[in-house]
Amino acid sequence: MSQYIYLVPLFPLIGFLIAGLGRNVLGKTLLGWIPSMAVLASFVVSLLIFRDVQHMDPEHASVVVQIYNFFHVGNFSVNFSFQVDQLSTLFLLIITGIGFLIHVYSIGYMSHDEGFGKYFAYLNLFVFNMLLLVLGSNYIIMFIGWEGVGLCSYLLIGFWYKKKEYCNAAKKAFIMNRIGDLGFLIAVFLIISRFGTTEFSEVFRSQAGIVANGPFILAVTLCLFIGATGKSAQLPLFTWLPDAMAGPTPVSALIHAATMVTAGVYMIVRSNILFTIAPVTQHIILMVGLATALIAATIATRQNDIKKVLAYSTVSQLGFMFMAIGVGAYTAAVFHVITHAFFKALLFLGSGSVIHGMSGEQDIRMMGGLKDKMKTTYYTFLIGCIAIAGIPPLSGFFSKDEIMMHLFTNGAYGKVFWALGMIAAFMTAFYMFRLLFITFFGKFRGTHEQEHHVHESPALMTMPLIVLAILSIGGGLIGVPEVFGLGEHWLKEWLEPILLKSELAHIYINELSHRGELLLMAIAVIIAFLGIILAWSVYKNYDAKKQNKGIAKFLEDKWLFDEAYDNAIVKPTFAAANVLKTNVEEQVIDGAVNGVGKLLHAASNRLRYLQSGMVGFYLFIMVAGIIALAILLFFIH
Amino acid sequence: MSIIYLIILAIAVGIFTFAIHKSNTSLAAWLALAVSTVGVGITALLCRIVVRGNDGDVLDQRFDWLPDLGASFATHVNGMSAALCLLASICFVLIILSTINKNIEKPNSFYGLLLLSFAGLIGVFIAWDAMLFYIFWELALIPVYFLCSMWGGENRIKVSFKFFIYTFVGSLLMLIGLIYMYNKTPNHSFSYAAFAQLKDVLTAAEQQGLFWMLFIAFAIKMPIFPLHTWQPATYSQSITPVTMVLSAIMVKMGLFAVVRWLNPILPEAGHTFSTVIMALCVIGIVYASLLAMVQSNIKKLVAYSSIAHIGLMCAALFSFNDIGIIGAGVQMFSHGINIIGMWILVYFIETKFKTKDMNQMGGMAALNPTFAIFLVVITLANVALPLTNGFIGEFMMFNGIFNAKYLNGNTYNVLFTVLAGLGIILGAVYSLGMVQKVAFGDVKDNSLTKENTKFTNFEFVALCIVTILVIIFGFYPQPIIDLVKI
Repeated sequence: MSQYIYLVPLFPLIGFLIAGLGRNVLGKTLLGWIPSMAVLASFVVSLLIFRDVQHMDPEHASVVVQIYNFFHVGNFSVNFSFQVDQLSTLFLLIITGIGFLIHVYSIGYMSHDEGFGKYFAYLNLFVFNMLLLVLGSNYIIMFIGWEGVGLCSYLLIGFWYKKKEYCNAAKKAFIMNRIGDLGFLIAVFLIISRFGTTEFSEVFRSQAGIVANGPFILAVTLCLFIGATGKSAQLPLFTWLPDAMAGPTPVSALIHAATMVTAGVYMIVRSNILFTIAPVTQHIILMVGLATALIAATIATRQNDIKKVLAYSTVSQLGFMFMAIGVGAYTAAVFHVITHAFFKALLFLGSGSVIHGMSGEQDIRMMGGLKDKMKTTYYTFLIGCIAIAGIPPLSGFFSKDEIMMHLFTNGAYGKVFWALGMIAAFMTAFYMFRLLFITFFGKFRGTHEQEHHVHESPALMTMPLIVLAILSIGGGLIGVPEVFGLGEHWLKEWLEPILLKSELAHIYINELSHRGELLLMAIAVIIAFLGIILAWSVYKNYDAKKQNKGIAKFLEDKWLFDEAYDNAIVKPTFAAANVLKTNVEEQVIDGAVNGVGKLLHAASNRLRYLQSGMVGFYLFIMVAGIIALAILLFFIH
Repeated sequence: MSIIYLIILAIAVGIFTFAIHKSNTSLAAWLALAVSTVGVGITALLCRIVVRGNDGDVLDQRFDWLPDLGASFATHVNGMSAALCLLASICFVLIILSTINKNIEKPNSFYGLLLLSFAGLIGVFIAWDAMLFYIFWELALIPVYFLCSMWGGENRIKVSFKFFIYTFVGSLLMLIGLIYMYNKTPNHSFSYAAFAQLKDVLTAAEQQGLFWMLFIAFAIKMPIFPLHTWQPATYSQSITPVTMVLSAIMVKMGLFAVVRWLNPILPEAGHTFSTVIMALCVIGIVYASLLAMVQSNIKKLVAYSSIAHIGLMCAALFSFNDIGIIGAGVQMFSHGINIIGMWILVYFIETKFKTKDMNQMGGMAALNPTFAIFLVVITLANVALPLTNGFIGEFMMFNGIFNAKYLNGNTYNVLFTVLAGLGIILGAVYSLGMVQKVAFGDVKDNSLTKENTKFTNFEFVALCIVTILVIIFGFYPQPIIDLVKI
């Protein structure tokens, strides 16, 4: 079955072409359903391949399928080839599965939009690129998908192109991603100069000869990580993600929560062996992840735009994933990617349902009391909140717990990182339930018109919510810790072949007894409940008119990151460019040229050749040149 | 079928168009289109012959010309020259398509001059004799110089003068250098073979002096910072079809001369100065990208972006790394196609908005959605997004710079790569800024409607050709790589 892997990205590509070329010809039904069915077809193929991989001989854990030779020059060759293994098939299922649900949801959500066909074309193009990213069997194909998803993100953020701020948000996302991409590219050049190939299997096989923590491997891993910070919105390149909420909400769910932003995690897990032999880089990743998780969580506690809260929450959760990577807990990182994809997609789609019902309103200060008016949305949103807050037995509990456990047992300062992680987890529970209470509880605070209009979304939108809610509840089953006596940790077993080398190289100081493990879980659950209770006590009677002051205002203003970047980087760059334009270019360089010009002008003016325009003069010089040449040659002979 | 016939055909038809009566306004355009289309056919065949590599008679030709001077009419076609001849032919087809029905004044002389410059350009790419090379170099230039000074904006005379100063200085330096080298050849010959032996005859100091004389001549043409100021001025004043000739093909003359003449003939000096030259190139990349960011004139923006792109190609040539040099060849081809596409779009909008100021534009995506698609695709190719034709060349060039051979220390490899990499980021800044200003937002000019912002069929065809090439060579770049590496 693996040889049919090309079908998986092919279906969305065809869907893109049909929707793109037929956007003015086909009706809305076809334009919505053809792309959706394309993704569904990919999902079915992925399932079949997944089943194949399950029965694969562990010795030959990966199959590389070459589509064609992308290019070759000298000894350097790049194949357009796909790698089928445990890691890529897992991501295939997430991308196509959740992708399908979000496509269906979009048919309802975008039904009134004039850019309906364009939207679905972009969405399918995105799925295609995302599939390239995870399927590529070398860094170049991965990079193609990597930049491709960035492009689709750009196109979809700026989907409503008439609004200037939306276009600015799109541009910002693309440029910040490009900064990261430069890091990725340099890592690729380093890899090429050392190994002469970018094929994963060969690079990872050759790592044995590399000095652990040596300058080469540190440079490679740090550059790759810079790439990851751009795509996965980590410090310092995270500010584009909240702005990216300008795009349609299903896009935020698919691209800016469930799939694209986890590409950085995927890339590092894919290259896990390189990172394992670069502990310094791992440590930096841990720090960055932790800082991002904490800072984004604090910002999320004071946002008033329903999507902004979720966006900062995403940044924060991504921070958790990077913390896991930082301590070498790659399984936990992937686990959190999966559960997060379920509940964050659910939450985003839920917020989309709210926005849809509120006729486009996104400010939670204008909402309130929606739980009776939008029952399905409310209950599914509640499930999402419980899952992300880490209440057992919902999925978020298990994945977050696994990360916390690894933080706790990681080296001398592990407990400090664990404690800081718990603070972030506490804030997670707090800001999510703050959002829930403000939106769905209390009195309705919007206009009369809005109140009259509020309605539950159509079945096309609520069905995906229900499916995702079920996944958010049960998704944790793929990684139930052994301490519960339910057998082995399925995901850990599944990823074993991918992470084998790292596990051999990385020895955990896993001194936790089963009792200790259960104790930590209990603490985590208590902290999550404390966050919920705090949110309830503060926001059950929410007063929308209260202005934030002091630290709260600072948090509402997002730590002033945007302003700082603007003043420290953007404005000085443009100022410098303007100085170059007016002073250097026009005065220094052009001045020198014009000086030479004037000199010639003065010389030729006497000859009056300029009077007839420059053409004559030029011809004269040409003729003179040829004559001079002839004279020279004459003397030579 | 020899490519020399193409040169003769272009010159003959070019001269004939001058004689067409004023009342006949469209014949010249169709003749020019026919000649360039024939050119595409001939040069495509030529490329095939080069790749097969079994037909030396077609690729190498030699006629006695000025035996007393030791100059002969010798031509030699290799992969890079075949690629550039093909590029020139495709570009002229696209350029002429974009001008049809645009009511250009004095059309007969206009197309005549275009054909003459076409002939000169092809000659430059195939000449295998220094004298012949110089003559073609000037032959390509003179018609373009006329095109710049007779058509275009109000300041065109002043700007053409600047263009002229630069070119004059460059040509003079090259001429002196060539004559000096000619004098040093054992049997006083302009032939390439004789020049190629000079590296054993000339002293190091001579080589270095000659290197700079020729390099400056070529650098002006490309142009390389700080010899570039003629370009934005000329681009913004000349009419856009002429700008296309300049930016898509003429700038490649300088790069081509470096690969074909300068570096093989004076290799030692090239190695010695590669650090300096690559430094100039990468400074130019950052400098031009920064300037592109603050332009409001759309033609100047494209001009500066072109300077940045050319800087990267030149840096890759001086990396003396095989992959880098081939990458530069690939990019010369791709850049030519893409920038023609970009100029066709610029030509279209400057006529519709009746201004070059981007701050007065906006909303074209709502009026003409197809325009927005073309603009986005071509812009993405310009910023080297993967799966567009811009990617592979740029990737190989960066790889070349990263592994450049003759730099004074490894730190420069990293430094130059990162600086040139800044160009990638800044490129996204100004390109997307341009797309946003032109295509997105609200329509500011109320006189524009969906009706009067349609493409002509010719423009549409030309843009489709560009887009198809962008995507085909984005997915499958191997044919160009195979061609230019020979």
